[in-house]
Amino acid sequence: MDLKGRKITVHDMSLRDGMHAKQHQISIEQMQTISQGLDAAGVPLIEVTHGDGLGGASVNWGFPAASDEEYLRAVIPHLKQTKVSALLLPGVGTVDHLKMAADCGISTIRVATHCTEADVAFQHIKLGREMGLDTVGFLMMAHMIEPEQLLEQALLMESYGANCIYATDSAGYMLPDDVTARIGLLREKLQPETELGFHGHHNLSMGIANSLAAVEAGANRIDCACGGMGAGAGNTPMEVFIAVCDRMGIETGVDTFKIADVAEELVTPIMDFPVRIDRNALTLGYAGVYSSFLLFAKRAEEKYGIPARELLLEMGRRRMVGGQEDMIEDMALTMAKERKTSS
Amino acid sequence: MSKKLRAAIIGSGNIGTDLLMKAMRSEWIEPIWMVGIEPESEGLKRAADFGIKTTAEGVNGMLDQVISDDIRIAFDATSAYVHAENSAKLNALGVIMIDLTPAAIGPFCIPPVNLKNHAKKLEMNVNMVTCGGQATIPMVAAISQVQAVEYGEIIATVASQSVGPGTRMNIDEFTRTTSAGVEQVGGAKKGKAIIIINPAEPPMVMRDTVHCLTADKPDEEAITRSVHKMVAAVQEYVPGYKLVNGPIFDGKRVTVFMEVEGLGDFLPKYSGNLDIMTAAGLRTAEMFAEEAANGGIELPVRSTP
Repeated sequence: MDLKGRKITVHDMSLRDGMHAKQHQISIEQMQTISQGLDAAGVPLIEVTHGDGLGGASVNWGFPAASDEEYLRAVIPHLKQTKVSALLLPGVGTVDHLKMAADCGISTIRVATHCTEADVAFQHIKLGREMGLDTVGFLMMAHMIEPEQLLEQALLMESYGANCIYATDSAGYMLPDDVTARIGLLREKLQPETELGFHGHHNLSMGIANSLAAVEAGANRIDCACGGMGAGAGNTPMEVFIAVCDRMGIETGVDTFKIADVAEELVTPIMDFPVRIDRNALTLGYAGVYSSFLLFAKRAEEKYGIPARELLLEMGRRRMVGGQEDMIEDMALTMAKERKTSS
Repeated sequence: MSKKLRAAIIGSGNIGTDLLMKAMRSEWIEPIWMVGIEPESEGLKRAADFGIKTTAEGVNGMLDQVISDDIRIAFDATSAYVHAENSAKLNALGVIMIDLTPAAIGPFCIPPVNLKNHAKKLEMNVNMVTCGGQATIPMVAAISQVQAVEYGEIIATVASQSVGPGTRMNIDEFTRTTSAGVEQVGGAKKGKAIIIINPAEPPMVMRDTVHCLTADKPDEEAITRSVHKMVAAVQEYVPGYKLVNGPIFDGKRVTVFMEVEGLGDFLPKYSGNLDIMTAAGLRTAEMFAEEAANGGIELPVRSTP
């Protein structure tokens, strides 16, 4: 694979996707320290919000240590070159949240839908573009549909005004060929000026390989998380990806040792548990299940005695999509009742 | 004289057609008109086949016959954009408007919670909130009727195939209107609404999760009783309204897990979200008819044609 001289933008997820692994409890001070570390290491773009995006604060997903607005206002003014993005899931966040985040100074809005439901992003993408923001359409669980179907949805988002489209491997299920097929087709059929991105999860340890496949197929934005702190087994670990890019001659603008120090000294110490491929995270990637279901399934196991792996497999069989965490407790209750009756 | 109130359905799409099929069975409502805008629409043809009068000229196509046909109730299943005009024209002729669009000009109506009050006051325009609101606000109310609810949150999960283009293009309206309903009718001090769309095949039946945070420790026994009573009240007009799990109690959190299966009149059974709207709309009209029949309200005076 010869990618020498390719210029890409890496986008750090540790302060947004990493919120899942922290049950949304990253403190304002931790957000500030880590974001400034990423800034000094040369990371061009970072994401800051509740794990489930703007407006994600809820009983359902968890109330965060601070509001989206408090985080954004605490982080953005202290950054020298790093820009900040916010994630927004239509059905959760609204254009009011988008306006608030723009007022806080974000450069980028990423509007995320399940991979078949792009049209619910119409009003948010349109507004983001009208406000002059870098506007990204983020198609989640992209492994669940064929490349041709993904293209249809990407074309919709592009037509609403998105200047960048992501194929998002929310379950960490894809193998490099799956990435190549999707990014390759999008590159062929979308406008040449539309950027393409890939967001990976490391549940099968494919984060680096998949990200390289994406770059080779035409993506120029790659999501990584410093220290790998993200949902499930985390995202593509930033420091590892940067080291690999360095060796291959892919230009990221990020300093390998500096980012490795941020991972070691700032991110890893705040983790509640080692973010790694345990048997449940492995199940996510193996069965194609949304990565942030992990901790919910573990808690349900503790409370109702149904193994997390069984719950995750059943969520996968029922083709649950991102955001359906409520169904984990519901399913555990139902399974516990059935087992009580049959024993 | 028949006790039935005569009605017009505006909007000949899926919702209007499902509503028509339900209304034709009603003991209190007699559907007379189906109003559309497309002469070739399937909905208008179907209504005509049922022996219903039709027009493809919108509300204007029936205005001159409202009095002679003694139309007392209109259901608007079009869009928020045209609702205000439809409502003004029909209200002026003394027709009570039941609004199934997100326009929400009139007060929110969740039948088992506040419909009686609206009927007794003869509100001339009531709004049916949203599908997620109809499915969840009764549960928030069941809890807040027992004790103060600081925060009510609902998560409505619906089959992709049951979400029409209108809702998709303005999904913020769903979250805003539903959370307002959770507060105003559900009785939560603060409300939040989330909608999730799932494209699984075969389509999933509508699911709704309701989380309430009570001000003080929840009275488990009283809340459980109140929830079961409310489920029964909704089942009177939506038989497929089911408590799957809960109420469960975790500190001050009270959670119920609901499923809403439709009757499958015209819309498929999985789209309980649409069925609960048409059923609640019809239930609302029936309550006005019952109140009028037993002398609880006086309908606007009209000279007999």
